Amino acid sequence: MLFDDGKMQKHKTGQIVNSTTAEPDLGSHKYSKLWQGPNHPGITGNMSLELTLQGDEIKKMRTHVGYLHRGFEKLMERRRFINNFPLVCRIAVPEPDFNEYCYAAALEELAGIEVPEYAHWMRTLILEMARLQSYLMWLGGQAGAFGMGMVGQWTLYARDRVLDLFEELSGARIYHIFILPGGVRNTLPDGFEQRVNETLRVIEDTLKDVDRVLFNNAVFKKRAVGLAHIDPKWVDEYGITGPNARASGVPRDVRVDNPYAAYPHLDFEPVVEFDGDVYTRARLRWRDMLLSVDLIRQIFARMPKGGEFKAQLPNMLHWTIPKGETYKKAECTRGEYGYYIVTDGSKFPRRVNVRGPSYTHAVTLAEMMLENCNLADVAGTMVSLHTYPPEVER
Amino acid sequence: METVLKNVRDRYNVLHETHTHGVFITVSPNDVIGLLAYLKNVEGFTHLVLLTAVDWIEENQFQLTWLVNNPVLKQEMGIRAFIERSVWPEESVMDSAHHLWPAAKTYQRELHEMFGIDFPDSPEVNEPLILEYWDQLPPYRRDFDTKKYSEETYFPREGRYTRDPKTHMEAKLYAREGKKQ
Repeated sequence: MLFDDGKMQKHKTGQIVNSTTAEPDLGSHKYSKLWQGPNHPGITGNMSLELTLQGDEIKKMRTHVGYLHRGFEKLMERRRFINNFPLVCRIAVPEPDFNEYCYAAALEELAGIEVPEYAHWMRTLILEMARLQSYLMWLGGQAGAFGMGMVGQWTLYARDRVLDLFEELSGARIYHIFILPGGVRNTLPDGFEQRVNETLRVIEDTLKDVDRVLFNNAVFKKRAVGLAHIDPKWVDEYGITGPNARASGVPRDVRVDNPYAAYPHLDFEPVVEFDGDVYTRARLRWRDMLLSVDLIRQIFARMPKGGEFKAQLPNMLHWTIPKGETYKKAECTRGEYGYYIVTDGSKFPRRVNVRGPSYTHAVTLAEMMLENCNLADVAGTMVSLHTYPPEVER
Repeated sequence: METVLKNVRDRYNVLHETHTHGVFITVSPNDVIGLLAYLKNVEGFTHLVLLTAVDWIEENQFQLTWLVNNPVLKQEMGIRAFIERSVWPEESVMDSAHHLWPAAKTYQRELHEMFGIDFPDSPEVNEPLILEYWDQLPPYRRDFDTKKYSEETYFPREGRYTRDPKTHMEAKLYAREGKKQ
């Protein structure tokens, strides 16, 4: 691959040069360079793919991030623990709730705060609703990348219904800041369960339509089946988690492996598929949405009808947390989302490191996978990996 | 986990352990790569969750943390090592783990850029990941002053002004009473 004579080349040190270190000779007039991004419908957010092409075949791909770097991790070191909530939710724009949960859970563990049971159920409900709305947006993007923009319009309508619920619950559509240390901000409004059930029915109907229109579509099948296959062996090598791993037959799901919030009280198994291509990953996420619908119904059936929703907390502006370090994680729509927090006994975190699943999926994995891929399939493959640039550069 | 820890203690000089909020062990920087290889190949900690650094500027040290996960036993372990904090533009140095996990190269590239910690032989470690043409103090070090950098690099927009929060709020809250006593 990549080399003019069609053979693997040897570096002068005697080592086999792999594609990550070798540069195609652009002066040979056999290659052309194309930049996809930083603004491109195939990528959520701003990220640039530097593509080296031979004809329409990609010989080398490099991910360039940095267009969204806001230095959140640095900023968090200079703010009080509670003042960081408006920052953490902005790290993964379509999925703020997982950030809020991980950050709050890490602080609770370090400060030794017990969260009331009702708050655990509320958090689980919010996380599953967040999963649904994020998946719905993704599904529209995946269909759009293969030329079916109509599906995106249906799924965004369904997503808007979920956002309406979030607005009713928290007053905000995107950045909810509803999960706080010690619990959640409020109880459920009257009649909320009924409105959630109505929305779930809309989502189920939408998913049935999507099943007919997208998953049985000859064009989608022809293009997505067998495309961008992830080998199960790569899962550990490249730090692949979540749906990208589960679609290759590796059952990685934090909700099941290390249950948190109210997940231990729910009956479910991780959705697993085996073919590991774009079609399978889409199918898996479609099934995951149905699982979320089921989980939300289970939550309403099993959660207490009321109770304490927040633990007693000290004055947040003078809150100090003892010296320590911890890592808390949750399963978001893209995989393992985690916060590694180090405290030094002061009013400020010493270090906050955000482990977003896109960090490995969008850089190391995508660079390796897109080699020898056709230019027309880049957008579909990148959407299929479900990456969000903001969490790569934080 | 206790068996794993015992095996690790038998083979490596564990300098410190904490079990309060998950298992974190501290070893010498020279032992880290060997320990990671042992944990990955023998004890089944096959998933590198993250690699990051903490700047303990007061002690003149960088703490490096590798978090590894055993997906079969569903266990996690943090490996810590403390290296000397170099004076910029000199770089601190640590061994690379990219041969164990190809994904480690991205973490190492970021640490090189953000903290000035070099991982010799790590692929593309000198290439910028997030910043472009950055030749100043690595920005995630504690002594990098974000406000000063911002004031020196960007110009104030015309018509905008900044108030000192303390005096502004005092003036706003206690306007009738004069200056707060």
